Amino acid sequence: MKRLLAILALLGAVGAGVFWVVTAPETTDATALAGIVADVEQGAAVFVAGGCASCHAAANAKDAARLELTGGRAFPSDFGTFYAPNISPHPSAGIGGWSALDLVNAMRHGTSPDGAHYFPAFPYTTYQNATLGDIVSLHAYMQTLPAMDTASKPHDVGFPFNIRRSLGGWKLLFLRPGWVMQDAATPQLQRGRYLVEALGHCGECHTPRNLLGAVQTDRWMAGAPNPSGSGEIPNITPTKLDWSGPDLLYYFTTGFRPDFDTAGGHMSDVVENLAQMPEGDLNAIVAYIQALAAAN
Amino acid sequence: MLKKITLAVAGLTMATTAVFAESPHDGAIAARKAHMVLYGHNIGILGGMAQGKIDYNADAASAAAANLAALTKMSQGSYWPQGSDAGSVKGTRALGALWQNFPDVIAKSGDMVAAAAAMETAAGGGLDSLRGGMRALGGACSACHKAYRQPE
Repeated sequence: MKRLLAILALLGAVGAGVFWVVTAPETTDATALAGIVADVEQGAAVFVAGGCASCHAAANAKDAARLELTGGRAFPSDFGTFYAPNISPHPSAGIGGWSALDLVNAMRHGTSPDGAHYFPAFPYTTYQNATLGDIVSLHAYMQTLPAMDTASKPHDVGFPFNIRRSLGGWKLLFLRPGWVMQDAATPQLQRGRYLVEALGHCGECHTPRNLLGAVQTDRWMAGAPNPSGSGEIPNITPTKLDWSGPDLLYYFTTGFRPDFDTAGGHMSDVVENLAQMPEGDLNAIVAYIQALAAAN
Repeated sequence: MLKKITLAVAGLTMATTAVFAESPHDGAIAARKAHMVLYGHNIGILGGMAQGKIDYNADAASAAAANLAALTKMSQGSYWPQGSDAGSVKGTRALGALWQNFPDVIAKSGDMVAAAAAMETAAGGGLDSLRGGMRALGGACSACHKAYRQPE
Protein backbone atom coordinates (compact mmCIF):
# COMPACT_ATOMS: atom_id res chain seq x y z
CA MET A 1 0.00 0.00 0.00
CA LYS A 2 2.80 2.35 0.91
CA ARG A 3 4.54 1.43 -2.29
CA LEU A 4 1.38 2.15 -4.31
CA LEU A 5 1.09 5.56 -2.70
CA ALA A 6 4.70 6.29 -3.50
CA ILE A 7 4.16 5.33 -7.15
CA LEU A 8 1.05 7.45 -7.31
CA ALA A 9 2.91 10.39 -5.78
CA LEU A 10 5.72 9.93 -8.29
CA LEU A 11 3.28 9.74 -11.20
CA GLY A 12 1.55 12.83 -9.87
CA ALA A 13 4.83 14.71 -9.71
CA VAL A 14 5.79 13.60 -13.22
CA GLY A 15 2.34 14.61 -14.45
CA ALA A 16 2.65 18.04 -12.87
CA GLY A 17 6.12 18.39 -14.38
CA VAL A 18 4.86 17.42 -17.83
CA PHE A 19 1.93 19.80 -17.42
CA TRP A 20 4.33 22.59 -16.48
CA VAL A 21 6.54 21.93 -19.50
CA VAL A 22 3.87 21.47 -22.15
CA THR A 23 1.82 24.42 -20.95
CA ALA A 24 4.78 26.84 -21.00
CA PRO A 25 4.02 29.92 -23.13
CA GLU A 26 5.85 29.93 -26.48
CA THR A 27 7.74 32.86 -27.94
CA THR A 28 9.48 33.80 -31.18
CA ASP A 29 13.25 34.27 -31.10
CA ALA A 30 14.39 37.88 -31.53
CA THR A 31 16.69 36.88 -34.41
CA ALA A 32 13.59 36.11 -36.52
CA LEU A 33 12.99 39.86 -36.85
CA ALA A 34 16.47 40.63 -38.19
CA GLY A 35 16.28 42.55 -41.45
CA ILE A 36 12.54 43.22 -41.24
CA VAL A 37 11.85 46.92 -41.81
CA ALA A 38 8.65 48.47 -40.47
CA ASP A 39 6.41 50.24 -42.98
CA VAL A 40 3.94 52.50 -41.15
CA GLU A 41 1.59 52.77 -44.12
CA GLN A 42 1.44 49.00 -44.45
CA GLY A 43 0.87 48.86 -40.68
CA ALA A 44 -2.15 51.14 -41.07
CA ALA A 45 -3.59 48.76 -43.68
CA VAL A 46 -2.96 45.77 -41.39
CA PHE A 47 -4.68 47.63 -38.53
CA VAL A 48 -7.82 48.10 -40.64
CA ALA A 49 -7.79 44.59 -42.14
CA GLY A 50 -7.20 43.04 -38.71
CA GLY A 51 -10.17 44.91 -37.27
CA CYS A 52 -8.23 46.03 -34.16
CA ALA A 53 -10.45 49.06 -33.56
CA SER A 54 -13.63 46.95 -33.67
CA CYS A 55 -12.80 45.56 -30.24
CA HIS A 56 -10.22 47.89 -28.74
CA ALA A 57 -11.85 51.27 -29.45
CA ALA A 58 -14.55 52.34 -27.01
CA ALA A 59 -18.03 51.03 -27.88
CA ASN A 60 -19.81 53.25 -30.43
CA ALA A 61 -16.63 55.23 -31.16
CA LYS A 62 -16.88 56.95 -34.53
CA ASP A 63 -14.32 58.16 -37.09
CA ALA A 64 -11.16 59.53 -35.40
CA ALA A 65 -12.25 58.16 -32.01
CA ARG A 66 -11.86 54.64 -33.45
CA LEU A 67 -8.09 55.23 -33.23
CA GLU A 68 -8.30 55.84 -29.47
CA LEU A 69 -7.70 52.28 -28.31
CA THR A 70 -8.89 52.63 -24.73
CA GLY A 71 -10.43 49.16 -24.68
CA GLY A 72 -13.25 48.47 -22.23
CA ARG A 73 -15.71 46.77 -24.55
CA ALA A 74 -17.28 43.67 -22.95
CA PHE A 75 -17.34 40.26 -24.64
CA PRO A 76 -19.65 37.83 -22.87
CA SER A 77 -18.95 34.12 -23.41
CA ASP A 78 -19.73 30.73 -21.86
CA PHE A 79 -16.57 31.10 -19.79
CA GLY A 80 -17.13 34.58 -18.40
CA THR A 81 -16.94 38.15 -19.64
CA PHE A 82 -13.78 39.39 -21.30
CA TYR A 83 -12.93 43.08 -21.50
CA ALA A 84 -10.79 44.35 -24.37
CA PRO A 85 -7.68 45.98 -22.85
CA ASN A 86 -6.16 49.38 -23.60
CA ILE A 87 -3.71 48.83 -26.49
CA SER A 88 -2.97 52.51 -27.13
CA PRO A 89 0.73 53.51 -27.00
CA HIS A 90 0.37 54.87 -23.44
CA PRO A 91 3.51 53.69 -21.57
CA SER A 92 1.72 52.32 -18.51
CA ALA A 93 -2.04 52.10 -19.25
CA GLY A 94 -1.46 50.81 -22.78
CA ILE A 95 1.23 48.92 -24.67
CA GLY A 96 3.59 51.84 -25.41
CA GLY A 97 6.41 49.94 -23.73
CA TRP A 98 6.11 46.94 -26.04
CA SER A 99 8.77 46.06 -28.59
CA ALA A 100 7.84 44.74 -32.01
CA LEU A 101 8.82 41.30 -30.71
CA ASP A 102 6.34 41.64 -27.84
CA LEU A 103 3.58 42.22 -30.38
CA VAL A 104 4.78 39.25 -32.45
CA ASN A 105 4.59 37.03 -29.36
CA ALA A 106 1.14 38.33 -28.46
CA MET A 107 -0.30 37.87 -31.95
CA ARG A 108 1.45 34.68 -33.06
CA HIS A 109 1.63 32.79 -29.75
CA GLY A 110 -0.92 34.45 -27.48
CA THR A 111 1.94 35.13 -25.04
CA SER A 112 2.26 38.38 -23.05
CA PRO A 113 5.58 40.22 -22.56
CA ASP A 114 5.80 38.82 -19.01
CA GLY A 115 5.27 35.29 -20.29
CA ALA A 116 1.60 34.62 -19.51
CA HIS A 117 -1.03 33.09 -21.79
CA TYR A 118 -3.70 35.32 -23.27
CA PHE A 119 -7.27 34.12 -23.43
CA PRO A 120 -8.25 33.27 -27.01
CA ALA A 121 -10.93 35.99 -26.89
CA PHE A 122 -7.95 37.82 -28.39
CA PRO A 123 -7.96 36.07 -31.78
CA TYR A 124 -4.33 34.95 -31.93
CA THR A 125 -5.76 31.73 -33.32
CA THR A 126 -6.13 33.82 -36.50
CA TYR A 127 -3.25 36.29 -36.10
CA GLN A 128 -0.74 33.43 -35.73
CA ASN A 129 -0.88 33.23 -39.53
CA ALA A 130 0.09 36.90 -40.03
CA THR A 131 3.52 37.57 -41.53
CA LEU A 132 6.26 38.97 -39.30
CA GLY A 133 6.55 41.93 -41.69
CA ASP A 134 2.87 42.79 -41.20
CA ILE A 135 3.14 42.58 -37.41
CA VAL A 136 6.31 44.66 -37.23
CA SER A 137 4.66 47.28 -39.47
CA LEU A 138 1.49 47.19 -37.36
CA HIS A 139 3.61 47.79 -34.26
CA ALA A 140 5.19 50.87 -35.87
CA TYR A 141 1.78 52.20 -36.92
CA MET A 142 0.19 51.68 -33.51
CA GLN A 143 2.97 53.75 -31.91
CA THR A 144 1.64 56.74 -33.91
CA LEU A 145 -1.88 56.53 -32.41
CA PRO A 146 -3.08 58.65 -29.46
CA ALA A 147 -1.87 57.49 -26.03
CA MET A 148 -4.87 56.96 -23.75
CA ASP A 149 -4.60 56.67 -19.97
CA THR A 150 -7.78 54.62 -19.41
CA ALA A 151 -6.99 51.64 -17.16
CA SER A 152 -7.72 48.18 -18.59
CA LYS A 153 -10.53 46.34 -16.87
CA PRO A 154 -9.75 42.84 -15.51
CA HIS A 155 -11.62 39.95 -17.17
CA ASP A 156 -14.54 38.52 -15.23
CA VAL A 157 -13.80 34.82 -15.66
CA GLY A 158 -14.53 32.24 -12.97
CA PHE A 159 -12.74 29.08 -11.83
CA PRO A 160 -11.32 26.97 -13.45
CA PHE A 161 -11.07 29.07 -16.62
CA ASN A 162 -9.19 31.80 -14.76
CA ILE A 163 -6.12 29.55 -14.37
CA ARG A 164 -4.01 31.04 -17.13
CA ARG A 165 -1.54 28.18 -17.15
CA SER A 166 -4.27 25.77 -18.27
CA LEU A 167 -4.53 27.80 -21.48
CA GLY A 168 -1.22 26.16 -22.40
CA GLY A 169 -3.14 22.89 -22.66
CA TRP A 170 -5.84 24.61 -24.68
CA LYS A 171 -3.23 25.97 -27.09
CA LEU A 172 -1.62 22.54 -27.37
CA LEU A 173 -4.96 21.12 -28.45
CA PHE A 174 -6.29 23.91 -30.60
CA LEU A 175 -3.63 26.44 -31.64
CA ARG A 176 -2.54 25.06 -35.00
CA PRO A 177 -0.91 27.33 -37.55
CA GLY A 178 -1.89 26.88 -41.18
CA TRP A 179 -4.84 27.43 -43.47
CA VAL A 180 -8.35 26.09 -43.27
CA MET A 181 -8.85 26.56 -47.01
CA GLN A 182 -6.24 24.24 -48.45
CA ASP A 183 -6.81 24.93 -52.14
CA ALA A 184 -6.22 28.56 -52.98
CA ALA A 185 -5.11 28.32 -56.59
CA THR A 186 -4.96 31.97 -57.65
CA PRO A 187 -3.03 34.89 -56.13
CA GLN A 188 -6.40 36.57 -55.53
CA LEU A 189 -7.68 33.61 -53.51
CA GLN A 190 -4.43 33.45 -51.57
CA ARG A 191 -4.76 37.14 -50.75
CA GLY A 192 -8.38 36.61 -49.71
CA ARG A 193 -7.35 33.68 -47.55
CA TYR A 194 -4.65 35.75 -45.87
CA LEU A 195 -7.06 38.62 -45.23
CA VAL A 196 -9.71 36.30 -43.75
CA GLU A 197 -7.63 33.62 -42.02
CA ALA A 198 -4.64 35.69 -40.83
CA LEU A 199 -6.06 39.17 -40.24
CA GLY A 200 -9.83 39.66 -40.57
CA HIS A 201 -10.74 36.75 -38.25
CA CYS A 202 -14.22 36.31 -39.84
CA GLY A 203 -14.14 32.65 -38.78
CA GLU A 204 -13.96 33.54 -35.08
CA CYS A 205 -17.64 34.57 -35.11
CA HIS A 206 -19.00 32.84 -38.23
CA THR A 207 -17.77 29.35 -37.23
CA PRO A 208 -19.32 27.29 -34.41
CA ARG A 209 -17.12 26.42 -31.40
CA ASN A 210 -16.75 23.19 -29.45
CA LEU A 211 -17.37 22.79 -25.71
CA LEU A 212 -13.91 24.15 -24.91
CA GLY A 213 -14.47 27.22 -27.05
CA ALA A 214 -12.29 26.20 -30.00
CA VAL A 215 -13.40 26.93 -33.55
CA GLN A 216 -14.67 23.78 -35.34
CA THR A 217 -12.72 24.03 -38.57
CA ASP A 218 -14.70 21.17 -40.15
CA ARG A 219 -17.72 23.48 -39.99
CA TRP A 220 -15.80 26.52 -41.17
CA MET A 221 -18.07 29.60 -41.59
CA ALA A 222 -21.21 27.51 -41.03
CA GLY A 223 -22.69 30.07 -38.64
CA ALA A 224 -22.92 30.08 -34.84
CA PRO A 225 -24.96 31.41 -31.94
CA ASN A 226 -24.22 35.04 -31.18
CA PRO A 227 -22.06 35.07 -28.03
CA SER A 228 -23.11 38.65 -27.23
CA GLY A 229 -26.80 37.93 -26.82
CA SER A 230 -29.64 36.32 -28.70
CA GLY A 231 -29.68 35.63 -32.40
CA GLU A 232 -27.38 33.83 -34.81
CA ILE A 233 -24.22 34.79 -36.67
CA PRO A 234 -25.12 33.61 -40.18
CA ASN A 235 -23.72 30.74 -42.19
CA ILE A 236 -21.77 32.38 -45.04
CA THR A 237 -20.92 29.22 -46.98
CA PRO A 238 -22.76 28.44 -50.25
CA THR A 239 -25.18 26.30 -48.20
CA LYS A 240 -26.93 29.44 -47.01
CA LEU A 241 -25.42 32.55 -48.60
CA ASP A 242 -26.73 33.20 -52.10
CA TRP A 243 -25.48 36.77 -52.57
CA SER A 244 -23.65 37.53 -55.81
CA GLY A 245 -20.09 38.86 -55.89
CA PRO A 246 -21.28 42.42 -56.60
CA ASP A 247 -23.81 42.08 -53.74
CA LEU A 248 -21.01 41.20 -51.32
CA LEU A 249 -18.79 44.00 -52.56
CA TYR A 250 -21.64 46.49 -52.19
CA TYR A 251 -22.31 45.25 -48.66
CA PHE A 252 -18.65 45.67 -47.75
CA THR A 253 -18.49 49.25 -49.02
CA THR A 254 -21.90 50.64 -48.00
CA GLY A 255 -23.32 48.26 -45.40
CA PHE A 256 -26.41 47.62 -47.55
CA ARG A 257 -27.56 44.04 -47.97
CA PRO A 258 -29.23 43.00 -51.24
CA ASP A 259 -32.64 43.77 -49.68
CA PHE A 260 -31.33 47.21 -48.60
CA ASP A 261 -31.60 46.43 -44.97
CA THR A 262 -28.20 47.10 -43.37
CA ALA A 263 -25.57 45.41 -41.27
CA GLY A 264 -26.27 45.53 -37.56
CA GLY A 265 -24.56 44.60 -34.31
CA HIS A 266 -20.87 43.80 -34.44
CA MET A 267 -20.96 43.41 -38.23
CA SER A 268 -21.44 47.18 -38.50
CA ASP A 269 -17.94 47.57 -37.04
CA VAL A 270 -16.64 45.10 -39.57
CA VAL A 271 -18.22 47.05 -42.43
CA GLU A 272 -16.63 50.26 -41.13
CA ASN A 273 -13.25 48.54 -41.50
CA LEU A 274 -14.03 46.94 -44.85
CA ALA A 275 -15.16 50.28 -46.30
CA GLN A 276 -11.63 51.61 -45.69
CA MET A 277 -9.90 48.76 -47.52
CA PRO A 278 -8.68 48.85 -51.13
CA GLU A 279 -11.11 47.40 -53.66
CA GLY A 280 -8.57 44.79 -54.74
CA ASP A 281 -8.52 43.39 -51.21
CA LEU A 282 -12.31 43.44 -50.99
CA ASN A 283 -12.56 41.51 -54.26
CA ALA A 284 -10.09 39.00 -52.84
CA ILE A 285 -12.33 38.50 -49.78
CA VAL A 286 -15.36 38.12 -52.05
CA ALA A 287 -13.48 35.47 -54.06
CA TYR A 288 -12.56 33.68 -50.84
CA ILE A 289 -16.13 33.65 -49.54
CA GLN A 290 -17.43 32.34 -52.86
CA ALA A 291 -14.82 29.56 -52.77
CA LEU A 292 -15.81 28.36 -49.28
CA ALA A 293 -16.82 24.72 -48.97
CA ALA A 294 -20.53 24.23 -48.30
CA ALA A 295 -21.04 23.47 -44.60
CA ASN A 296 -23.93 23.04 -42.19
CA MET B 1 -62.51 23.37 -5.74
CA LEU B 2 -61.78 21.91 -9.15
CA LYS B 3 -63.87 24.59 -10.74
CA LYS B 4 -61.90 27.23 -8.88
CA ILE B 5 -58.62 25.81 -10.12
CA THR B 6 -59.91 25.57 -13.67
CA LEU B 7 -61.02 29.17 -13.53
CA ALA B 8 -57.69 30.24 -12.10
CA VAL B 9 -55.80 28.36 -14.80
CA ALA B 10 -58.05 29.76 -17.49
CA GLY B 11 -57.56 33.24 -16.11
CA LEU B 12 -53.82 32.80 -15.99
CA THR B 13 -53.76 31.44 -19.54
CA MET B 14 -55.70 34.43 -20.77
CA ALA B 15 -53.42 36.80 -18.94
CA THR B 16 -50.30 35.14 -20.37
CA THR B 17 -51.79 35.12 -23.84
CA ALA B 18 -52.56 38.78 -23.46
CA VAL B 19 -48.96 39.53 -22.54
CA PHE B 20 -47.28 37.47 -25.23
CA ALA B 21 -49.65 37.32 -28.17
CA GLU B 22 -51.04 40.82 -28.11
CA SER B 23 -49.44 43.76 -26.46
CA PRO B 24 -50.86 47.26 -26.46
CA HIS B 25 -47.81 48.14 -28.60
CA ASP B 26 -48.53 45.88 -31.57
CA GLY B 27 -49.88 48.80 -33.58
CA ALA B 28 -46.86 50.98 -32.87
CA ILE B 29 -44.48 48.13 -33.73
CA ALA B 30 -46.33 47.50 -37.01
CA ALA B 31 -46.17 51.21 -37.79
CA ARG B 32 -42.42 51.51 -37.28
CA LYS B 33 -41.81 48.35 -39.31
CA ALA B 34 -43.94 49.81 -42.10
CA HIS B 35 -41.85 52.95 -41.92
CA MET B 36 -38.68 50.84 -42.33
CA VAL B 37 -40.26 49.07 -45.33
CA LEU B 38 -40.84 52.45 -46.96
CA TYR B 39 -37.23 53.44 -46.29
CA GLY B 40 -36.07 50.14 -47.79
CA HIS B 41 -38.23 50.44 -50.89
CA ASN B 42 -36.97 53.90 -51.77
CA ILE B 43 -33.35 53.14 -50.91
CA GLY B 44 -33.72 49.99 -53.01
CA ILE B 45 -34.51 52.11 -56.08
CA LEU B 46 -31.49 54.36 -55.46
CA GLY B 47 -29.20 51.45 -54.59
CA GLY B 48 -30.38 49.42 -57.58
CA MET B 49 -29.36 52.29 -59.84
CA ALA B 50 -26.05 52.73 -57.99
CA GLN B 51 -25.30 49.04 -58.52
CA GLY B 52 -26.37 49.07 -62.17
CA LYS B 53 -29.23 46.65 -61.55
CA ILE B 54 -31.77 49.31 -62.58
CA ASP B 55 -31.14 51.81 -65.41
CA TYR B 56 -30.42 55.26 -64.06
CA ASN B 57 -33.30 57.66 -64.44
CA ALA B 58 -32.92 61.13 -62.94
CA ASP B 59 -36.64 61.66 -62.34
CA ALA B 60 -37.19 58.27 -60.71
CA ALA B 61 -34.07 58.73 -58.59
CA SER B 62 -35.17 62.19 -57.48
CA ALA B 63 -38.64 60.93 -56.63
CA ALA B 64 -37.25 58.09 -54.49
CA ALA B 65 -34.83 60.45 -52.75
CA ALA B 66 -37.63 62.97 -52.10
CA ASN B 67 -39.76 60.22 -50.55
CA LEU B 68 -36.86 59.17 -48.40
CA ALA B 69 -36.18 62.72 -47.24
CA ALA B 70 -39.86 63.19 -46.43
CA LEU B 71 -39.91 59.94 -44.46
CA THR B 72 -36.93 60.97 -42.35
CA LYS B 73 -38.73 64.16 -41.38
CA MET B 74 -41.91 62.49 -40.14
CA SER B 75 -42.46 62.42 -36.40
CA GLN B 76 -41.98 58.90 -35.13
CA GLY B 77 -42.72 59.66 -31.50
CA SER B 78 -45.80 57.46 -31.34
CA TYR B 79 -44.02 54.53 -33.05
CA TRP B 80 -41.62 53.92 -30.18
CA PRO B 81 -43.61 53.80 -26.90
CA GLN B 82 -41.85 52.90 -23.65
CA GLY B 83 -42.03 49.15 -23.04
CA SER B 84 -42.13 48.17 -26.72
CA ASP B 85 -38.58 46.75 -26.72
CA ALA B 86 -37.50 43.19 -27.47
CA GLY B 87 -37.01 42.44 -23.78
CA SER B 88 -40.63 43.34 -22.96
CA VAL B 89 -42.73 42.27 -25.95
CA LYS B 90 -42.56 39.88 -28.88
CA GLY B 91 -42.38 40.82 -32.53
CA THR B 92 -39.61 43.41 -32.33
CA ARG B 93 -35.81 43.47 -32.33
CA ALA B 94 -35.57 46.98 -30.89
CA LEU B 95 -33.25 46.89 -27.88
CA GLY B 96 -34.14 48.47 -24.56
CA ALA B 97 -30.96 50.56 -24.88
CA LEU B 98 -32.80 52.72 -27.40
CA TRP B 99 -35.01 54.10 -24.65
CA GLN B 100 -32.07 54.62 -22.31
CA ASN B 101 -29.98 56.68 -24.73
CA PHE B 102 -32.47 59.09 -26.11
CA PRO B 103 -30.07 61.97 -26.89
CA ASP B 104 -27.94 59.56 -28.94
CA VAL B 105 -31.00 58.26 -30.79
CA ILE B 106 -31.95 61.84 -31.68
CA ALA B 107 -28.38 62.53 -32.87
CA LYS B 108 -28.39 59.42 -35.02
CA SER B 109 -31.77 60.27 -36.48
CA GLY B 110 -30.38 63.74 -37.25
CA ASP B 111 -27.56 62.06 -39.22
CA MET B 112 -30.20 60.13 -41.16
CA VAL B 113 -32.11 63.33 -41.99
CA ALA B 114 -28.86 64.91 -43.20
CA ALA B 115 -27.86 61.91 -45.33
CA ALA B 116 -31.32 61.76 -46.92
CA ALA B 117 -31.28 65.52 -47.59
CA ALA B 118 -27.86 65.18 -49.25
CA MET B 119 -29.22 62.35 -51.37
CA GLU B 120 -32.24 64.44 -52.37
CA THR B 121 -29.82 66.99 -53.82
CA ALA B 122 -27.52 64.38 -55.35
CA ALA B 123 -29.90 61.81 -56.83
CA GLY B 124 -30.98 63.77 -59.93
CA GLY B 125 -27.47 64.95 -60.77
CA GLY B 126 -26.23 61.85 -62.58
CA LEU B 127 -25.21 58.35 -61.62
CA ASP B 128 -21.88 59.25 -60.02
CA SER B 129 -23.55 61.91 -57.92
CA LEU B 130 -26.14 59.37 -56.73
CA ARG B 131 -23.46 56.77 -56.00
CA GLY B 132 -21.60 59.31 -53.88
CA GLY B 133 -24.55 59.62 -51.50
CA MET B 134 -25.07 55.91 -50.86
CA ARG B 135 -22.28 55.36 -48.37
CA ALA B 136 -23.46 58.12 -46.03
CA LEU B 137 -26.98 56.71 -46.23
CA GLY B 138 -25.74 53.19 -45.43
CA GLY B 139 -23.70 54.56 -42.54
CA ALA B 140 -26.70 56.40 -41.08
CA CYS B 141 -28.97 53.34 -41.27
CA SER B 142 -26.28 51.08 -39.91
CA ALA B 143 -25.38 53.32 -36.98
CA CYS B 144 -28.81 52.85 -35.44
CA HIS B 145 -29.05 49.16 -36.32
CA LYS B 146 -25.64 48.60 -34.75
CA ALA B 147 -26.50 50.19 -31.43
CA TYR B 148 -30.19 49.47 -31.04
CA ARG B 149 -31.24 46.41 -33.03
CA GLN B 150 -30.86 42.84 -31.85
CA PRO B 151 -29.10 40.57 -34.37
CA GLU B 152 -31.35 38.06 -36.16
